[in-house]
Amino acid sequence: MRDLGVNILFEGLNMQRLLEGLWITTRIALISISFSIVFGIITGLFMLSNNKIVRLFSRFYLEMMRIVPILVWLFIFYFGVTKIVPVHLSSELVCVIVFVMWGSAEMGDIVRGAISSLPIHQKESGIAIGLTELQIYTYIIIPQAIRRLIPGAINLATRMIKTTSLAVFIGVIEVLKVGQQIIEYSLLTYPTAPLWIYGFIFSLYFMICYPISVLARKLEMKWQH
Amino acid sequence: MVHNTQEALLEVKKLHKDYDGLTVLSDVSLSVKKGEVIVILGPSGCGKSTLLRCINGLEAIQSGKILLNKVDISGSDTQWHLIRQKIGMVFQSYDLFPHMTIIDNILLGPLKVQKRNKQEAREHAEKLLHRVGLIDKINAYPRQLSGGQKQRVAIVRALCMNPEVMLFDEVTAALDPEVVHEVLKVMLELANEGMTMVIVTHEMDFAKAVADKIVFMDQGEIKEIASPVDFFQEPSTERGKQFINMFNYNHLNKERE
Amino acid sequence: MVNNLHLYREALILTLSLGCWGILFSFIIGLICSLISYYQIRGLKRIVSIYIELSRNTPLLIQLFFLYFGLPQLGIMINSYTCAIIGLTFLGGGYMAEAIRGGLDSVSRTQVEAGLSVGLTQSQVTRYVIFPQAMAIALPSIGANVIFLLKETSVVSAVALADLMFVAKGLIGMYYKTNESLFMLVMAYLIILLPISLLFTFLERRLRYAGFGR
Repeated sequence: MRDLGVNILFEGLNMQRLLEGLWITTRIALISISFSIVFGIITGLFMLSNNKIVRLFSRFYLEMMRIVPILVWLFIFYFGVTKIVPVHLSSELVCVIVFVMWGSAEMGDIVRGAISSLPIHQKESGIAIGLTELQIYTYIIIPQAIRRLIPGAINLATRMIKTTSLAVFIGVIEVLKVGQQIIEYSLLTYPTAPLWIYGFIFSLYFMICYPISVLARKLEMKWQH
Repeated sequence: MVHNTQEALLEVKKLHKDYDGLTVLSDVSLSVKKGEVIVILGPSGCGKSTLLRCINGLEAIQSGKILLNKVDISGSDTQWHLIRQKIGMVFQSYDLFPHMTIIDNILLGPLKVQKRNKQEAREHAEKLLHRVGLIDKINAYPRQLSGGQKQRVAIVRALCMNPEVMLFDEVTAALDPEVVHEVLKVMLELANEGMTMVIVTHEMDFAKAVADKIVFMDQGEIKEIASPVDFFQEPSTERGKQFINMFNYNHLNKERE
Repeated sequence: MVNNLHLYREALILTLSLGCWGILFSFIIGLICSLISYYQIRGLKRIVSIYIELSRNTPLLIQLFFLYFGLPQLGIMINSYTCAIIGLTFLGGGYMAEAIRGGLDSVSRTQVEAGLSVGLTQSQVTRYVIFPQAMAIALPSIGANVIFLLKETSVVSAVALADLMFVAKGLIGMYYKTNESLFMLVMAYLIILLPISLLFTFLERRLRYAGFGR
């Protein structure tokens, strides 16, 4: 019976469809992560602003994205915002929008943390040897800030990849949804289908996220001066 | 040679310690009589702190023996938590427990380890705190105290266990110069009361004042054992001479007009 | 809309109860795992690291699907409530273990030595010196994990539990009262999460007074 079970993965177009679903998942994650980095840097700079109101607003934005579960945000945008906006938004697009909003907030906090954790005398040393403000940023602050934020950024990327599984709730045909569909029509021939399909998807997520986690840890140790 | 019938309280015999393939202590032998104050001097990395830690079982040894009251405490089956009640140790980093008040810090050992009567232990602790002038801090937390105060509490914490010998590992090295004196004063009083002490320090004047014997170490070996007067006036080894000179700026002078 | 308040209330209670059990069990698992890791207990150490990697690199949703739909095929039938708790525990245990381990590692070696020098046994040192300090240092991470687990409960509707998401979705579908339903949804989560967030901030501050933490 076991042998019969695992074959479902290789039956017909199942594997191909699963991998296509995986591609959708990956695509959402990649696009979201890329935009989050860009907007995150901007958000981070807002969080470091000298203007108290700007800081307050960005802090409020961060807390809202953090305290409300992502799935709730997906619902808000998918059921709520899509009604207000005249343009049709596909579920995938809604997903990306919510993820980018969440990602920029978190990334902004990471950037803020990285820059503000630099000892003040780094900047002062730069001034003492006569560098201009721009030079100080380029040669001293930015390289060190990048090192400090990469572990957090990679950790965020891993979390975003895992959260893409929520897309199934708003109908995106990603890997989990594909898995569900395969199980539905295969259940009679392959009673153990859920075990193998979900087990396979489980290992897919693991195989993507684990190497990234290991990379983040290695980088963190390497740069731990 | 004076015939001394007093038995050794603490003996170290031919201690040898390796660490990561390097020899840290080599053929180290030492004898401490009851009431004696031994000061161990030497350049950084000579192994003096390591020696102290070996005596207290915080470091493993490869060969040699450590005897407390003629009992071998360096075996692999030694119950260190019992032995350490008789050996008090004070560290450079004082290491008071930050989550406990001063009195709780001091009473942790007596109550949990020695299972003494709460009233009796508390009175003992208060008496000791009076002696070092810190009775008013009895319910404070360590972070409310200065470095010198914390170190004095650390000494009280060790004393409250009624040890037979006290080990001091560079206890003033991390302190501001102004507060070094208050700690050394406590140690001097202890010495005058007859406590057996093994002290590792960089404070040369203090060593001169308090020591019965100076033990000079270099590169994991004991190079000289002498009285303080003898050692500071005229060390018998070349390394000893070099060491004394490190603290002497008389032969170095900035050229002035 | 007011008529449907009781639905939200029941769902809120369900979410809270799932959350509480999940947090409790994942804390216990996390504690055991972190102690095994810290004391490097051979044999179990490997299993613990594998577990932590598995739980931290896979989404809760998949874990739930596997447990709820997959295991029955092996003859193991679990009801959705238990399934959700097992899933939350599996996920949370890994995070709690890392948080507690971080706390344990932060207690400096010299503290341990100071404890040993006063004659405490290793287990007494763990109990009186290491543990209180470790817990205080780990508290912010533990707090973050608590909030994280409570938010993660939002996926349990996938295994047929009538939680807040389920209620909101149902009401939107049936009555088209999208805005009110979504508003109630957000409010419900804020009611759960804001007090807890404030509680942990308060606890952190209290412990810092008593000398814990940095």
